[in-house]
Amino acid sequence: MAQAGTRVTQKGGAEPDFKTSTSARHWLDRVFTGVVFAATLVGLVVLAVLLVDVFRDGLPRIDWQFITSYPSQIVPQTAGIYPALIGSLWLLGLTALFSVPLGIGAAIYLEEYAPDNWLTRVIEINISNLAGVPSIIYGLLGLGIFVSMLEPVTGGESVLSGALTLSLLILPVIIVATREALKAIPGSVREGGIALGATRWEVIRGHLLPMALPGALTGTILALSRAIGETAPLIVVGAAVYLNYAPEGPRSDYMAIPIQIFTWIEQPQDVFKTLAAAGIVVLMIVLLLSNSVAIVMRNRFQRRG
Amino acid sequence: MSGTSGEKQGERPPEGPPTLGMKVEELTAFYGSFKAITDVSMEVRANKVTALIGPSGCGKSTFIRCLNRMHEVVPGAYAEGHVRLGERDIYDKNTDPVNIRRRIGMVFQKPNPFAKSIYENVAWGARVNGYRGDMEELVERSLKQAALWEEVKDRLRTSGLGLSGGQQQRLCIARTLAVEPEVILMDEPASALDPVSTQKIEDTMDQLKESYTVVIVTHNMQQAARISDYTGFFYIQNMGDPGRLWEFDETEKMFSNPDRKETEDYVTGRFG
Repeated sequence: MAQAGTRVTQKGGAEPDFKTSTSARHWLDRVFTGVVFAATLVGLVVLAVLLVDVFRDGLPRIDWQFITSYPSQIVPQTAGIYPALIGSLWLLGLTALFSVPLGIGAAIYLEEYAPDNWLTRVIEINISNLAGVPSIIYGLLGLGIFVSMLEPVTGGESVLSGALTLSLLILPVIIVATREALKAIPGSVREGGIALGATRWEVIRGHLLPMALPGALTGTILALSRAIGETAPLIVVGAAVYLNYAPEGPRSDYMAIPIQIFTWIEQPQDVFKTLAAAGIVVLMIVLLLSNSVAIVMRNRFQRRG
Repeated sequence: MSGTSGEKQGERPPEGPPTLGMKVEELTAFYGSFKAITDVSMEVRANKVTALIGPSGCGKSTFIRCLNRMHEVVPGAYAEGHVRLGERDIYDKNTDPVNIRRRIGMVFQKPNPFAKSIYENVAWGARVNGYRGDMEELVERSLKQAALWEEVKDRLRTSGLGLSGGQQQRLCIARTLAVEPEVILMDEPASALDPVSTQKIEDTMDQLKESYTVVIVTHNMQQAARISDYTGFFYIQNMGDPGRLWEFDETEKMFSNPDRKETEDYVTGRFG
């Protein structure tokens, strides 16, 4: 009956064009809220169970003695995590030192300087793909390059080789996160700076970097957290299973907490299981501490706006 | 540093030598292979306001961006022809565009203050250009010239993004003035603003032409008639053609008795 041209005149008539009852739609809204809440809950519950279980086993074992002692197969009662803890801190520090400037630098080049041609597009696709390469492959790469080829520089199976390998592993993640942060800055900011007679670098230094840093740091925090928990590539590049000393320099041998945990779990006796749980707690505390430092830094940059 | 040659450099006292005008000769601008405007020649008189009007998409913004080499900032964009500031061709290959952009400032359509304090917004451009005078004095003077000082003098350290749209635009004018340019280009500076803010910006412009040469793109015919001394009408006759400067004359003549029919149709509001 109603033709397209006459519909307008029927507005508010006996047959409204819209369904007046919204109860079904509200019901659907509530159902969906429940579904997404349940999805969140799954992750939360798993994490909580994991934390409770590990903390119940491990927390009683953690004391100053555990933190400052060397591991021991013979007297597990007095064993500690000292060399692995210091080794992981070395890895964390060196990895951040290499990967953050390189990653942010590469992102700035690709986003702000590189011409838009097939070569840069190939590079972009490759970087995204590199983020998905299994970490053991990076271990093999590190073994080939840093441990063997560059032995005179790195000292072979050193904490430096380990950190360089982990840096390669997380570089793509940092680059992608920083590029996204730069991409989110409107072009009008760049134009505003350039129109004042600033060079590109001055605009990057003065405006783009401060604006992109919070986003870049978020990516970096996630990437470094991943690096500090990595085991596979470190096994390949020769992290030690047992040392009775902590690394004293970048070319020193080293242990790492994940590998220490793995070694303890392999032992049949229960006392080692407790040690492993305590090791996991220490690893998580290191993670939380380093993350909070990074988050404080990020917030400081954000506030400076 | 100060003016030994005919052209002025560095610090420019408010009552310095006469401001420079600009001369455009056969300017053609491209985006990649697309020709946006062609064969534009005009003279931008010193210490006058020159308005550029015309329908959307006819190349006014492209043209004004060519005047301080902002056009080429867009990837693939370039321009041919000559644009002179005083005697100097800003498209000469020995001319540094960074230097040109300080001397020929630009205010954009949408206010784009930096995510910094009001003070830093004004001081930043001057600082990167190596300003050696008293920065606080410069910031105050620039904000006063942009008619913003009274509204912000008690909160210079708060973010420029916290200002209203009209205040943000005047902040952008202030930061442009702070690098002491000779010419100020404005690309529809009031199109995103309410009438009160527009009024304030127009008042500002009236004062600016005493010390600067001003070029303004506007969609608002009344605005062009009110504030400008000269008017250029850009027009595209056939779809797909590049934009041309259809007519250029004193504003009074352009709005009362233009030579070309299209100009008359446009300024009387028959199209556009």
